[in-house]
Amino acid sequence: MANGSDLRKHTIIALVEDRPGVLNRIASKWRQRGFNIESLAVGHSEKRGLSRMTFVVDATTDAEQVVKQLDKLVDVVDIRNISDEDIVSREMALIKVRVDAGDRGHIIEIVDIFRANIIDVSPDSVIVEVTGDEGKVDAMFELLADYGVIEVVRTGRVAMLRGSGVSHPHEREEPERYQGFEPPYTSE
Amino acid sequence: MEMKGAQMVMEGLLREGVEHIFGLPGGANLPLYDIIPQYYPKIRHYLVKHEQCAAHAADGYARVSGKAGVCFATSGPGATNLVTGIANAWVDSVPLVCITGAVIRALIGRDGFQEADITGITIPITKHNYLVMDVHEIPQVMREAFHIATTGRPGPVLIDIPRDVQQERAEFQWPERLELQGYRPRLYPDPEEVTRAAQLIRESERPLILAGHGVRISQAFQELRALAEKANIPVITTLLGISGFPGSHPLYLGMPGMHGMYWNNIAISESDLVIGVGMRFDDRVTARLKDFAPKAKIIHVEIDPAEVGKNVRPTATLQGDARICLDELNKQVRFRERPDWFAHLDDLKQAHPSITIRETEELLPQYAIKKIYEATRGDCYVVTGVGQHQMWAAQHFWYDKPNSFVTAGGLGPMGFEVPAAMGVQAAKPGELVWSICGDGGFQMTLQELATIAEYGWPIKFAIINNGHLGMPRQWQDLFYHKNYVATLLKNPDFVKLAEAYDILGLRATHKEEVEPVIAQAMEHPGPVVIDFQVNGDENCFPMVPPGAALSETVDLPALEREKVGVA
Repeated sequence: MANGSDLRKHTIIALVEDRPGVLNRIASKWRQRGFNIESLAVGHSEKRGLSRMTFVVDATTDAEQVVKQLDKLVDVVDIRNISDEDIVSREMALIKVRVDAGDRGHIIEIVDIFRANIIDVSPDSVIVEVTGDEGKVDAMFELLADYGVIEVVRTGRVAMLRGSGVSHPHEREEPERYQGFEPPYTSE
Repeated sequence: MEMKGAQMVMEGLLREGVEHIFGLPGGANLPLYDIIPQYYPKIRHYLVKHEQCAAHAADGYARVSGKAGVCFATSGPGATNLVTGIANAWVDSVPLVCITGAVIRALIGRDGFQEADITGITIPITKHNYLVMDVHEIPQVMREAFHIATTGRPGPVLIDIPRDVQQERAEFQWPERLELQGYRPRLYPDPEEVTRAAQLIRESERPLILAGHGVRISQAFQELRALAEKANIPVITTLLGISGFPGSHPLYLGMPGMHGMYWNNIAISESDLVIGVGMRFDDRVTARLKDFAPKAKIIHVEIDPAEVGKNVRPTATLQGDARICLDELNKQVRFRERPDWFAHLDDLKQAHPSITIRETEELLPQYAIKKIYEATRGDCYVVTGVGQHQMWAAQHFWYDKPNSFVTAGGLGPMGFEVPAAMGVQAAKPGELVWSICGDGGFQMTLQELATIAEYGWPIKFAIINNGHLGMPRQWQDLFYHKNYVATLLKNPDFVKLAEAYDILGLRATHKEEVEPVIAQAMEHPGPVVIDFQVNGDENCFPMVPPGAALSETVDLPALEREKVGVA
């Protein structure tokens, strides 16, 4: 059972078939162990018919075992836990702030410092778009909180290995045929 | 060729070599049933009386035939009734292909009559499942389903097909090849790990092989025997590994674990090298995990990467098909005399003849089981349910016939004994099939006696009738201060019951009646139900109390030890 003391956040990336039910199958494995998915981002990958997911899970060291079980799912082409690897990760947030004409200058100042953008302005509010790691998004949120945050939406983390390495090399080497005998249970 | 979706399913079954289907029709799979007769006798359908039994029968069929078992059910309750059988096949790695009818596409997700989200329900207990929304997908799905079910670590696959998809027509084209990017089971071990394993075996003074279901699934009977003989290592088989190694072989030691042989549990605790082959170090085998094989290094031969390192940390891992891994390993191992180890094992066996049956006036359950073993000389298939009778069957049958012991291990569903025996008999028509039943479990699935009578399967059912739910009663006896709640059974007259189904019913209440009724049952050409009315308060030993370590196995409680005549 998930034990509060040894929980830590794991960043996991997966290349999956773009089909109904994939998310359900993956979520089911984490749920079974009582681990919470903190964030999840999914979108098309560079390969046709395949999507790439990044998810952050609050889990014990048993996360490794769950990742192995996920790798067994037919719809999961490849999956890896990149928590301890050299990665870049980003998150985007939209923050709607209550603001009148008098405070707008202050907001613009904060937005500039964070290299964020204002993407919508109304007489009494602005929507700020900020991209960065979770720490930056949190810091931005705290500064804007003083002015009155109406609503926040965050995409959750997306992550990638640094350098030219491929996250999911999914061609696995395998000898053509066992010389001794036919392996049983093959319809191939 | 253009055809209906339902026919594509049958064409797929034909191409996958399916000969037997267990099922029950309903509104949502009638198009499929409509076409079944056209495939007779190449494909035979057996009508069960409850879908759970369709799944268990397909399971029993798969375990002894080495082919995928197939079952049909309708939508909603038909599909949900399969769930226990699917979960059982999932835990025990049995290849099943379950084909369910679904409500028409327009009604899916609208809580129509007999709708259940069976693909959603079975996600955690299937290797993969499909909801087929387009008739053109059927050939591909059929091909993939059988491939996934039967390769790698086998398991159940479910295909849910809406009724209108079954009725739609399209061009049938059997796919030339499979495209499963996310599914490539590894069959071949890493050569370096093989070398390391062989080295560990050469260095070991007190090695043991723990062989599991994987040996039987990959049909590694010869390879396992070759390893044991070539490297001179004694063999223990897990509950599901029983009949993976010859019972009469001098290197064979029987079963370990919660109700395993005392000598095995002690030997594991003293061993310096445990070679787990096609087994997963389940809690019924390891007992208290942190004290499992405390002096041993571990070699794990395992096809499922998610099982490696799950419960124990191996020193060498042969990840791949058991048969291939053992074949590779056998090329590198050498014979080594281990006189001290073998002498010690013999001493353990002498000092603790755990499974000796004591002399009594009354009929003991294990006595009846032992007599069946003696009468058949083990030359039969044995199916069991779950509970005390299962453990006694595992203890007293020393199977020489490969792959002849059919039991539900991981999930432990009572009632398995009746339908699974049907599947075994369907797969092995000329063979003798004994089903060792609990009186509780038998009553969970006994409606299938009608099915058995209809198809004339000459199965011999031995009900070990102790008038209790035996295993819970044993736990109440030992751990709940003899507070026997809801474990006493008010049983029907099983002989009359059998007769109601036009099946021969026999009874033995005294020891001297046991051998004659067994002989009579075996002479009878048709199915037989025997009611063995046995002592109701017999407990199953040896036993590792829950939470204890293997080294703390209770061989026999003090009183009974005296009766057995052991110091």
